[in-house]
Amino acid sequence: MIKLAFVYLVAGLMFAGFSLLSALDRGNSKRFGNAAFWGLTAVSFLAGDKLGDLGNGIVVLGLALLAAQGLLDLGQPATTSAGERIELSERFGNRLFAPALMLPIVVALGVLVLKPAQIAGVPLMDPKQATLVSLALAVIVGLTSALVLLRQPLISPLQEGRRLADTIGWAMLLPQFLAALGVVFALAGVGKEIGLLVTTYLPVDTRFAAVAVYCVGMAGFTMLMGNAFAAFPVLTGGVALPILIHHFGGNPAVIASIGMLSGFCGTLMTPLAANFNLVPPALLEIPDRYAVIKAQVPTALIMLIVNTVLMYVLAFRH
Amino acid sequence: MMILLGVAVIVVGFAIRLNPLLVVVLAALTSGWFAGYSPLKVIAAFGKAFNDNRLVSTAYLVLPLVGVLERAGLKERAAKIIAGLPGVSVGRLLISYMAIRQVTAAAGLVSIAGQAQTIRPLIAPMAEAASEVRDGPQDLKRRYAIRAMAAATDNVAVFFSEDIFVAIGSVLLVVGFLTSSGIALDAIKISVWAIPTAFAAFAVHAARLLLFDRRLKGLAKP
Repeated sequence: MIKLAFVYLVAGLMFAGFSLLSALDRGNSKRFGNAAFWGLTAVSFLAGDKLGDLGNGIVVLGLALLAAQGLLDLGQPATTSAGERIELSERFGNRLFAPALMLPIVVALGVLVLKPAQIAGVPLMDPKQATLVSLALAVIVGLTSALVLLRQPLISPLQEGRRLADTIGWAMLLPQFLAALGVVFALAGVGKEIGLLVTTYLPVDTRFAAVAVYCVGMAGFTMLMGNAFAAFPVLTGGVALPILIHHFGGNPAVIASIGMLSGFCGTLMTPLAANFNLVPPALLEIPDRYAVIKAQVPTALIMLIVNTVLMYVLAFRH
Repeated sequence: MMILLGVAVIVVGFAIRLNPLLVVVLAALTSGWFAGYSPLKVIAAFGKAFNDNRLVSTAYLVLPLVGVLERAGLKERAAKIIAGLPGVSVGRLLISYMAIRQVTAAAGLVSIAGQAQTIRPLIAPMAEAASEVRDGPQDLKRRYAIRAMAAATDNVAVFFSEDIFVAIGSVLLVVGFLTSSGIALDAIKISVWAIPTAFAAFAVHAARLLLFDRRLKGLAKP
């Protein structure tokens, strides 16, 4: 059975490759900073389960200090020039799309066909992690086809991957840092405390006010926690269940479903949802760290109003 | 109350643009401290949570493939195809992408596309090429605006459609929470009530994309 451990092994080897190639990169004056950063990431993926909690904590501190001291810079892997790329794109034509299409096709195949497949009674892949396992397989298939079809050098996946990883830089690990922060916040009881504040001080005495407090509260709380999943139990337990459902008799399916979607409006507006909001500007080489959030705010605010109205209209039709 | 200082650390730290990795660690230490945990305990708890959440970073496995395709000229090819289409615009291109992304996400296929594997190598260069055809040569400011809008469109499409698929994490979380609160519901009911928002999101964001086309045209005039 292919499990998550396989995905971590592949990821760990990839980051180890980035680290090694960074260390050898004389074009980058901070090459050892990059090597250390990707090296620690590789250690986490390859040996995280053997390091112990404090060991992992020390890896985290190392990563944060390397980033905070500005010890990372862009590597200079050998790649093709802009002119060469235009030439190559003419030569390969639409053949270039074949490896790119492998990704969605293999992921879809994996999730829809391979996930239920069994060999001698044992599932082919861990059903709970089918998407990630499929993604890892899809990358391997895609890379193989790219190297063969487009005749790219064997080292190019690691060099090109490193080029993109350096473009994103420390922001690569921010989503994982924030996920861990969410766990520590939960441990410290941050969510409960905010939920208490919301339910104590906000008006929930009319039906519309209660709907608005729940929807806007979901968005706001999500912005503070970076994650609608953290906000949902607190506000649903504090506002939606006692007031909207039990007191005003609202339909729980409508309220819970649209409540979660109101939280997603908050996700679109917070830098704490780094994988959606802060990694893309780095990936797209936009200098303004908050450019994607700014592009999303109008849609998010309108959708928050739409969700509030939808809940008010749909939840109380009896 | 003091526990909330961790949230304040995040807000202030991000606002004054300290390195976010450091800000996150400081926020954890602050809230942990006021909840009665020693720094060493917090570091260990953070390390364990970091290790448990490695799957968050596995999406970067696509980077080598995306990089190799860029090396071989994928972006240039994608841009050329768009430049050859009559009547193409940034708005229309992104609206078509949003429609496909919403339908596939609603069918549970969230990870067939994304910021690294689709927006950077395909959609953003296509959108920039579309604007070049319609609005003339590009300055950097316009390129950045187009890229940001392309990234935003992917997020909007996924966020407001993935809940239509029954077996997604957020739907299962909702069902689990309601069940433990004494309200037994089939997950399909949660999914069904996500549909109105999905249509509304398409309408709202598509309208914004058409306005974005106009703004790009305006920016193009000297």
